[in-house]
Amino acid sequence: MRVNLTVNGRPQQADDVWEGESLLYVLRERLGLPGSKNACEQGECGSCTVRLDGVLVCSCLVAAGQAEGREVVTVEGLADHAGQRAGGTESRTGGTDPRTGEGTELSPIQQAFIDAGAVQCGFCTPGLLVAADEMLERNPDPTDEDIREALSGNLCRCTGYEKIMDAVRLAAARQSEGS
Amino acid sequence: MDFLRPAGWEEALAAKAEHPTAVPIAGGTDVMVEINFDHRRPAYLLDLNRIPELHEWETGGDHVRLGASVPYTKIMENLRAELPGLALASHTVASPQIRNRGGVGGNLGTASPAGDAHPALLAAGAEVEAESVRGTRLIPIDEFYTGVKRNALQPDELIRAVRIRKADGPQQFSKVGTRNAMVIAVCAFGLALHPGTRTVRTGIGSAAPTPVRAGAAEEFLNAALEEGGFWDSGRGITPSVVRRFAELCAAACDPIDDVRGTAGYRRHAVGVMARRTLTWTWESYRDASKGGA
Repeated sequence: MRVNLTVNGRPQQADDVWEGESLLYVLRERLGLPGSKNACEQGECGSCTVRLDGVLVCSCLVAAGQAEGREVVTVEGLADHAGQRAGGTESRTGGTDPRTGEGTELSPIQQAFIDAGAVQCGFCTPGLLVAADEMLERNPDPTDEDIREALSGNLCRCTGYEKIMDAVRLAAARQSEGS
Repeated sequence: MDFLRPAGWEEALAAKAEHPTAVPIAGGTDVMVEINFDHRRPAYLLDLNRIPELHEWETGGDHVRLGASVPYTKIMENLRAELPGLALASHTVASPQIRNRGGVGGNLGTASPAGDAHPALLAAGAEVEAESVRGTRLIPIDEFYTGVKRNALQPDELIRAVRIRKADGPQQFSKVGTRNAMVIAVCAFGLALHPGTRTVRTGIGSAAPTPVRAGAAEEFLNAALEEGGFWDSGRGITPSVVRRFAELCAAACDPIDDVRGTAGYRRHAVGVMARRTLTWTWESYRDASKGGA
């Protein structure tokens, strides 16, 4: 079947999609967006986390057909998404490569992950970034408990959670300074 | 495989009547796991995401009519006052990502003994609104679970909503697992005080082939509370009564040994949770009585 959806602000069309296929598979294998990672395929690890019409979901548990007509934001579009939220008036997608996100300034949460050393092997990072960004959107001044709960669906196999906590605190602090 | 995408409820019922083997998919948190792991290859997937009324709830009258697809996140955020036990249980479901997609309709459809909503529904009192092109019927929650991952739905029926009695007293939910998030219950326990009828109801999860109430424990406790005049006096419940209640709850279990825990552990833990949830709810009831006096 054919699936039409908007990914990171751009209309996309995937053809020959198998009816039992997941949104994650469509993103990675049909639309060339490998930022969302495929690991557990059962919603346990959060590596495939994306926004579906704004809602934080595991894309491995969304049937491709359920994404028909919906808007998806993946880690590749996170910088633009965060930029628009911060009040960026003009679209920054102009010089951006929609596949890699290159050419865009990083989102505050991405920059904070780098600055805090919250990336080890990097496999869980895209999911954590999307989840952390969604929390900062809802809750700009999170407690440590809020952060832990918001990230409770994302597993880091390197067990680097302390640095990840540091990064989210840093992004929250920078966000509140900036506003 | 065919992907059926009804735009409305009537259309969904017609599709289910035409294809009774069609597997309904809403949040996908159970169905997609089975498909991803090749455990299931249904001929038809019936997508319920586009049916707005399944995502809505109504709170008029003495019950909440909870649309089958209302996600756990919405229950936690919006129905804590009316459905405190279910709101607590919802908060223990997996992770934010899963709570954003999964709902009670799916929990009932899957009918796993470990489903987190079941103990809360059993304790509060609920009816499952099952609908087909033939009409609507209300299935009492006690009669809904018929076996391991089996329920009372007919092949042409879909779950439209769950009608859950609004809380008329304190409710609690307790769940045993290895960590707070992403845990399938080793066992779980729900308890609701119903001061209006002077009854206590329970629900046990993951400690029998189906979710069950601890009937004998409820009868014992209801009689003991009545005889002792506890509802009126608001006194603390006699420790021996609490202990006996906990024993009877443990005895209501029919658990198995599996990777998550042994049968013996489950029985023990259900007893502990029964004692704790009764103590917590009774304290709340006493505080509320004092506040009201």
